[in-house]
Amino acid sequence: MLNNMKKSKKDLLLQYTGLTILAVIILIPFLIGFWTSFLPTEEISKGILWSNHISLNNYITAFTQTPIIRYLFNSFIISFLTMIAQILFCSTSAYAFVFLKFKGRDLLFYAFLATMMLPFEAEVIPNFATVRSLNLLNHYSVMIIPFLASAFGTFMLRQAFLQIPGELKEASDIEGLSHWKFYAKIVLPYSRISLYTLAAYSFLTSWNQYLWPMLTTFSDNFRPVQDGLRQLQSQESFNNWGMIQASAAIVVIPTLIVLFFGQHFFKNGLNEGALK
Amino acid sequence: MEEQLNKQFKPLNKIAIPKLQKLKKIGYDVNAKDKIYAFLFLGPSLLILSIFVFYPMLRTLYLSFFLTNTLGKPTVFVGFNNYVNLLTSSTYLNSLKATITYVIAVSMLTLVLGILLAQAASKKIAGINFFRTIFSGTMGVSVSVAAIFWLFIFNPSVGLLDQVTTFLHLPTINWLTQPGWAMLAVIISTVWMNLGFTFLIFFGALQSVPKFLYEAAEIEGASKSYQFFHITFPMISPTIFFISIITLIESFKSFGLIDLMTAGGPDNATNLMVYRIYQDAFLSGNYGSASTQSVILAIIISLFTLMQFKLLEKKVTY
Amino acid sequence: MSIELKNIAKTYDNNSWILKGINTRIKTGEFFAIVGPSGCGKSTLLRMIAGLIPISSGDLQIDNHSVTNLPPCDRNLTMVFQDYALFPFLDVEANVGFGLKARKMDVVKIEERVANALALVDLTAVKKRKPRELSGGQRQRVALARAIASDAKICLMDEPLSNLDAQLRGKMRSEIRELQQRLGLTLIYVTHDQIEAMTMADRIMVLNEQQVQQVGSPAEIYQYPANSFVATFFGTPRMNLLKAHCTQIHNHSLVIDPQLSFPTPFDLPAGDYFIGIRPQSFTIVAQISKANATIKNIEYLGTEFIVYVELDNGAKIRIAAAKQSSLSLNERILVKTPEDFLIFDHAGRAISSMKGTQKNGRTTKQAVQTAQ
Repeated sequence: MLNNMKKSKKDLLLQYTGLTILAVIILIPFLIGFWTSFLPTEEISKGILWSNHISLNNYITAFTQTPIIRYLFNSFIISFLTMIAQILFCSTSAYAFVFLKFKGRDLLFYAFLATMMLPFEAEVIPNFATVRSLNLLNHYSVMIIPFLASAFGTFMLRQAFLQIPGELKEASDIEGLSHWKFYAKIVLPYSRISLYTLAAYSFLTSWNQYLWPMLTTFSDNFRPVQDGLRQLQSQESFNNWGMIQASAAIVVIPTLIVLFFGQHFFKNGLNEGALK
Repeated sequence: MEEQLNKQFKPLNKIAIPKLQKLKKIGYDVNAKDKIYAFLFLGPSLLILSIFVFYPMLRTLYLSFFLTNTLGKPTVFVGFNNYVNLLTSSTYLNSLKATITYVIAVSMLTLVLGILLAQAASKKIAGINFFRTIFSGTMGVSVSVAAIFWLFIFNPSVGLLDQVTTFLHLPTINWLTQPGWAMLAVIISTVWMNLGFTFLIFFGALQSVPKFLYEAAEIEGASKSYQFFHITFPMISPTIFFISIITLIESFKSFGLIDLMTAGGPDNATNLMVYRIYQDAFLSGNYGSASTQSVILAIIISLFTLMQFKLLEKKVTY
Repeated sequence: MSIELKNIAKTYDNNSWILKGINTRIKTGEFFAIVGPSGCGKSTLLRMIAGLIPISSGDLQIDNHSVTNLPPCDRNLTMVFQDYALFPFLDVEANVGFGLKARKMDVVKIEERVANALALVDLTAVKKRKPRELSGGQRQRVALARAIASDAKICLMDEPLSNLDAQLRGKMRSEIRELQQRLGLTLIYVTHDQIEAMTMADRIMVLNEQQVQQVGSPAEIYQYPANSFVATFFGTPRMNLLKAHCTQIHNHSLVIDPQLSFPTPFDLPAGDYFIGIRPQSFTIVAQISKANATIKNIEYLGTEFIVYVELDNGAKIRIAAAKQSSLSLNERILVKTPEDFLIFDHAGRAISSMKGTQKNGRTTKQAVQTAQ
């Protein structure tokens, strides 16, 4: 018994040491970033990272003298609307591919699949020309309209809808439910886990957009947060490090909080996706 | 699906034949409704994808055979000249080489570190959830935030790494202004950003390996490392493949970190494919060449995506 | 190789016990079954013997040497798992040789052992297949072959047949038993299926509610169950338990109704008792005048009938009848006092067992003691 415990204690110590080292490596960028966001820029510039002049001044500066709140608000609007649109249009398209019979369905589906292979990055040149000729530049719509539909989302929901037992469709046919009712009352609730996953995915993808808004948005009124930070950073040209770090912290903390609380749900969703 | 439906409807058809014929006579078509629904349900997606995916792809392909003016309008048809020029241009080949270096390094490191983190977090000990939360933490970090964090760390005069090298009396490394170091800096930042997601996926995969396989190996006297390489590794090989391809594709498309950290420099050392497209098209107005590069990028990514589809079809590799 | 369990117990939180006070000695070459309902801790006990989970207190000895603190690989035993634990990415041959290879045995020797083991379970023809290309029974046999190839003399099996269909299960039962005899294995076999335990084992340990209920040969356990749990756990259909009350101090029989009274071998003190009667022990007489029960349902099982009967006092009993003898639903019948029955006290402990052949009955104090 004793022997056993001694050995496992040594083992445990080793495991915790290993875990702590890994955790510190992951955390260092966060810690340095957060720590310096409380320090005066003058000290950071001199390379003094161990200071006791801790204050919230950088945050006050960021909030009052930069449009960081506006950037966050823009990003939220854009990501939220994109998310809603993708859930609606992806689920209706997926429904059509699974439950509707019409000519050319399979051909159309392969066309959808094919678009998944094409990176948006390789299509920015004509897309930029398109939105310019549609007079969409520098507006929320330019960051939403091209992403209203998603082939990936359609594909993912199609997979989910295929899991719905055929008996459910047959039972609703016997009850005389219309396609719209079957879609709204049965298909959507049945696949809600996949819908949540798609929601999270499309929100995050939209939130992390960088190249497209950079090309199409020129004013702080519409600029989302990723390009907002770029703007701040290039304007201040590396000088006001404390304020830049504070802005980064303002941007990252909400997502970390969401991640922390959503962790349990998210892990389950991912595992389910990985297993099935 | 169709076969299944037919099978189940066969007996129904038999009974309903006279009725159906009657209905048809008064103009009732069962499929007409489906067609209307198909139009309503698919229409919006189809419209958007046509305008912003199908059309631009064809347009890009078209432009890749032309010289363009500064507004992006095609002027002279040049056939495959753009392609020939690119593939013989040393700067483009360098960019391609840099991209491949970056993509391979990022994918390998993400993979190895992701598995390492997942393996470490699989230990069933007190407080492990705390570590799991930290390990998945970078999932909440967007490109620009990651770039700012790492820019500070790599900053040659005030950053953390500089303080460490000074403390150790090592020469100062100008991380972002020396070609090799700049590439390394960008790789490190990308891997760090990837880790949260990769960790979560690998963690899930490890959890789904049946426990009794390890118990069986334990009884047979297999060491822990033997168990890892002969059970864990083959069992999660589909996930490893999946993550590799996703990471490869994402790395080929890297833009944000490059733009924020190095802007393609120094000396084009980190001028990766997408960044170069952006420069050529939107900074130099060289739309023809940029379109050609886009086509090459699309081909590379399509190949990897096809591999991924193949995997999804097979689901497991053993 | 013999195995001795000395006061073995398991707890995860130092507070509530998963298992408590497990004592027994398993002899060399014995087929020892551990049986009990799901959640009784039988798999936990097996995993403690294997060394997969630590023993909280007590001592485990193999051949009189304590192995309590040894890792599984040093206990020189092998194990067959419920889900077979086959590696999906390895073929049959590699699965069987997995452990040998892990122990870095000589390649030629591995081949020889694997070939022998596969021949023993009749799998040589499919040795290049992957597990998913095998039937359930074949997978089961791969798991057996792996155990055989390891050459350990102690083999632990955790519900190895529970994933097979009924027919295959019957076949594998005799195959496992044969292998065990042939190889001289000491085999510990965990199952929830009482028929498996009865038909295969030399001795059975019955576990319930964290404790050993009884250890004995299948015949002992069936005929002289230590308590009402063991009595009702073994045998199909299940044994009937009739509640009886005895008011007077000197009582020579327990009376259910005028036609149904059970003589006791000795005077019983006043109190509540249970009478255990196997469905096969009852006899039914179609007699309207002295009838004391009504037929509620009849099930035909091929070789016998199960007649569900409600006594006039409301108690429901199962009776197994060889012939239907023209019984019908709702018919009034007479249920006669059987010759074989058991008496349990209010806590379910066996007090006596009456056999038609041995008029004096037999007290099962011994069995009760083993249980405690």
